[in-house]
Amino acid sequence: MDESALATTSLRETLVSRATNESSQVKQFEKGTSLWADAWIRLKKNKMAIASLYVLLALITLCVLTPWISPYGYEEQNLNLGAIPPSIAHWFGTDVFGRDLLTRVLYGGRVSLTVGFIATSVALFIGVLWGTISGYLGGRIDIVMMRIVDILYALPFIIFIILLMVVFGRSMLLLFMAIGAVEWLTMARIVRGQVLGIRRQEYIEAALSMGLSTPTILRRHVIPNTLGPVIVYATLTIPQVMLLEAFLSFLGLGIQPPQSSWGLLISYGAETMEDYPWMLIFPGLALSITLFSLNFLGDGLRDALDPKASKD
Amino acid sequence: MWRFIWIRLLQAIPVIFVVITATFFLIRKAPGGPFDAEKPVIPSVKRALEAKYNLDQSMWEQYVSYIAGLFRGDMGPSFKYPGWQVEDLIASGLPITAELGFYALLVALAVGVIAGVIAALKPNTAQDYIPMSLAMIGICMPTFMLGPLLVLLFGIHLEWLPISGWGDLPGDKILPSITLGAAYAAYVARLSRGGMLEIMSQDYIRTARAKGLPERVVVIKHAMRGGLIPVVTFLGPAFAGLLAGSFVVETIFQIPGLGRFYVQAAFNRDYTMILGTTIFLSVLIVMFNLLSDMLAMWMNPRLRQQVSGKR
Amino acid sequence: MALLEVNNLTTRFYTRDGVITAVDDVSFSVDRGEILGIVGESGSGKSVCCYSLLGLVPQPPGKIECGSAMFEGNDLLACGELALRDIRGDDIAMIFQDPMTSLNPFLTVGEQLIEPLIYHRQYSRSEARTRVKELLDEVGIRKAADRFDSYPHEFSGGMRQRVMIAMALINEPKLLIADEPTTALDVTIQAQILGLIAELQKKRDIGVIFISHDLGVVASIADRVLVMKEGQVVETGTTERLFTTPKEEYTRRLIDSIPSGSKPNIMIQTEGSHSSEIIKVHDLHTWFKDRNSVEGEYVKAVNGVSFDIQHGEILGLVGESGSGKSTIGRSLLKLVPVTSGEVIYQGQNLVELLRVQMKPLRRHLQMIFQDPYASLNPRMTVYDALAEPMLYHEVANRKDIGLKVLQLMDDVGLARRYIRKYPHEFSGGQRQRIAIGRSIACKPEFIVADEPVSALDVTIQSQILDLLIELVKDRNLTMLFISHDLSVVRYLCDRTLVMQLGELVEEGDTETIFTSAQMPYTRDLLGAIPQIPGRV
Repeated sequence: MDESALATTSLRETLVSRATNESSQVKQFEKGTSLWADAWIRLKKNKMAIASLYVLLALITLCVLTPWISPYGYEEQNLNLGAIPPSIAHWFGTDVFGRDLLTRVLYGGRVSLTVGFIATSVALFIGVLWGTISGYLGGRIDIVMMRIVDILYALPFIIFIILLMVVFGRSMLLLFMAIGAVEWLTMARIVRGQVLGIRRQEYIEAALSMGLSTPTILRRHVIPNTLGPVIVYATLTIPQVMLLEAFLSFLGLGIQPPQSSWGLLISYGAETMEDYPWMLIFPGLALSITLFSLNFLGDGLRDALDPKASKD
Repeated sequence: MWRFIWIRLLQAIPVIFVVITATFFLIRKAPGGPFDAEKPVIPSVKRALEAKYNLDQSMWEQYVSYIAGLFRGDMGPSFKYPGWQVEDLIASGLPITAELGFYALLVALAVGVIAGVIAALKPNTAQDYIPMSLAMIGICMPTFMLGPLLVLLFGIHLEWLPISGWGDLPGDKILPSITLGAAYAAYVARLSRGGMLEIMSQDYIRTARAKGLPERVVVIKHAMRGGLIPVVTFLGPAFAGLLAGSFVVETIFQIPGLGRFYVQAAFNRDYTMILGTTIFLSVLIVMFNLLSDMLAMWMNPRLRQQVSGKR
Repeated sequence: MALLEVNNLTTRFYTRDGVITAVDDVSFSVDRGEILGIVGESGSGKSVCCYSLLGLVPQPPGKIECGSAMFEGNDLLACGELALRDIRGDDIAMIFQDPMTSLNPFLTVGEQLIEPLIYHRQYSRSEARTRVKELLDEVGIRKAADRFDSYPHEFSGGMRQRVMIAMALINEPKLLIADEPTTALDVTIQAQILGLIAELQKKRDIGVIFISHDLGVVASIADRVLVMKEGQVVETGTTERLFTTPKEEYTRRLIDSIPSGSKPNIMIQTEGSHSSEIIKVHDLHTWFKDRNSVEGEYVKAVNGVSFDIQHGEILGLVGESGSGKSTIGRSLLKLVPVTSGEVIYQGQNLVELLRVQMKPLRRHLQMIFQDPYASLNPRMTVYDALAEPMLYHEVANRKDIGLKVLQLMDDVGLARRYIRKYPHEFSGGQRQRIAIGRSIACKPEFIVADEPVSALDVTIQSQILDLLIELVKDRNLTMLFISHDLSVVRYLCDRTLVMQLGELVEEGDTETIFTSAQMPYTRDLLGAIPQIPGRV
């Protein structure tokens, strides 16, 4: 039996249309609204969340396009200029080396956003897999897998990350791995909780009574139903990861200069804030607005995907 | 209950042991050593130094002797602060970090719980939106942003409060405590709002109202006990976070606490100091997790009886 | 003058999906010493109506638009929250549906019981304690003094409801509002609680509003009955009159929907001795590890049960909650690990089969679940849900699957145009039709139906029961029908098994059991069924 055929949605479409042709008495099938479509409709009603979504999209586009649209290079120094406050030529002003701050903030955004998204993806992947297997199989396997998570939880990870970054130099890859390694724990716990709830649902028993194999049940019945909270938590993890990166950069443990990230820029800004406050304020604003948008979007998604769940 | 504590403590031992071992080998494997400082040291001097600190022995010998030392309460001499034992350095920094953490936690709990409960009483009204928007700002404003901004505003512009130090000038503890506590106040506010909303929609709250109890009694006596459990379970992770945050705050405000020692030690490859602080902080975090879990358990009569073995 | 007189009450909810008129111009009255039953299906507004009176409707989204409720010269709807608070728990008290969730799990029972005395009557704590103990005695809680400091989870369901009743009656209210107080309870416990409410009502001569979806329960306790539908009063009258000569069409339909009497066409196969068994169960044990027990004791959910299921019959399996009846159903299909015993089907012992060996048999052995909200994957359309088993077991190929699904939808009475809809877009009854469709998709021989109608409203329930009877007849199915509702079993089943605490107590033809049960436990069960006037 071709199991993969079961899963394809395009197949469903062709089947339904074929059925329409074959049974002439049926003219039209009403289109159903999936839970996803429902959630999207609810989300669209949430103005803050939609505004956040647009802000994020704009910010991401801008950061991606910076190398092509910015008149300044991010390392382009102009020592004659020195640090000047915001002006028409330099909207965010310049730093002590006369580098355009706007360009540097946008470049920093590339790094910060990349770290946020990639580390979250790592966490997502491990967490969903781990949580699903642990929750669905249950019994001893579950106990062992969750005990591992508990033990890792008890480790002072922040200390470890600091240690890693100090010891092995500040590589991006290490940063992704280190942050991903911390964040997947919570993801695994959330997914496991979801799966435990789903496993008790009668539709899983129904699938079992059909004799479906475990991978098929996981793929068709379990994972799709955990995705709601997973998406919400992922949206809320990105800002946490970005904060963590910024935190490390602030301590001088994140990205290495001359590359920059928002954390690094803020760190420089904090040192010179008495004389050049704009160097603290603009990168800080960029980070805060991004975190804001992600959190609002996350909250909005939570309300939309699970109308009963409350904010915490 | 005692059984439960014992089990958790026994479980903590391997965790701590893993931490010690991993940290030990990690820092030794890392490039660079404590005496490859800026100025090149004469090889013979370096060798003498290494011999003094047992660095000429094999890794395993060092490891065994370090563990043996730990059992005697000896964390070894600091490499960068000659003449100081690590445990003494920790002992000098700890009270300051502990005090800072305590005030910050106080700020977080007092502000967070009050804001969260108030917001939950009238969801989706101004009474909810205003504190929750502030909480959102608190979460989105990282400690290392908030600190400098507060310094800029209250220290430099208004000149109300001192901008650095700890216990030297009156009021110099205020800004660091607020800086460190703000983000956690925001988290606590969101957690307690969520918890309270959940509980306020429970059937037994309806029962309490049907009994004609005053709203104050309904909220404080019937709802808060369950509604604040999420906050209590958050205390463990919050403590770990506060410790990490204290690194930043101590840097910003130039406070001679444990956090600054740690970051400096990591940069300086001060092996014994890194190990000592890591172990110490790990034990603290594990203990605090246990404490907050116990508190949450004690608050729930059903769990309390389950672990105490009654019925 | 009536104790409570409600006029033109209208309550609306302003939700983000629109305005819902939950209570629409409702008027009624209750006298001292009278029990007024309010019946209606889910969503009829019967509970909201009473919550509105006491200001227990959350506002917003709820809003009481108009109306008056005169109680001892005060208008409850106009007197304001503070005055209402003095009345609640003092002159008017309430008991609720689920005693587990209605008691605060964080406080001791005693602490919760003394609150009305302290806040309304200014008792000291020790005086309150004495008074509470007297009352606990009166509602039938033994060793009341010892139970005072216990937490709600240490009580059984019936005992919790007695605590709730004691809490409601502690200030000697003049009016008691009981919202589905027995719905979460087993039938024998239900009978005890109903008896207790009736007894206390008589003794204290108070007025009672008794809300329930169960006509039998209302008939057995109420003096007068109010029928509600979609927020409006359909009909009101004395219990006797309403049940014997209902005036309104809807009331008649409600009453007719209650399954009653015996199965219309008894047993197709009693002729001759060749009636063969399709499944033989021998000495079945299904034990679970007790999670609360430190010593690793077992919960013996099914403990040595043997019975046969005959071809083409509907076999009823009845018992109270915790009797192990659902576990039997799941054990037969190997949905739970069986400890020991035999389940013989097609000459094989299912208990010993491996998962792979079981797979080809799965299509012949199917299950219908209790909760139509939980038994359908919310992310799958009707088409997906119905096509999955057929494709998986290759009873249809990709070419004809669409048509097969449509035919299946016809068979279970679902309009074809719904094929692309998702479960949450259907009502409970329609969902159960989808679930039934899924279970018969592969033309099984044997179906376990686990309480398939107990989550449904009574009018829907009768439709689904009729569908099941029809399918069993047309498709030559055999069915194990698990239910706690004895009237449903009597209506549907050819033979019946009675279970108690993991063991079979009695077995026989349904009619024989209902007319001349041998075992005392069965007789208790039967005796606890609330009777409707004019019915046998």
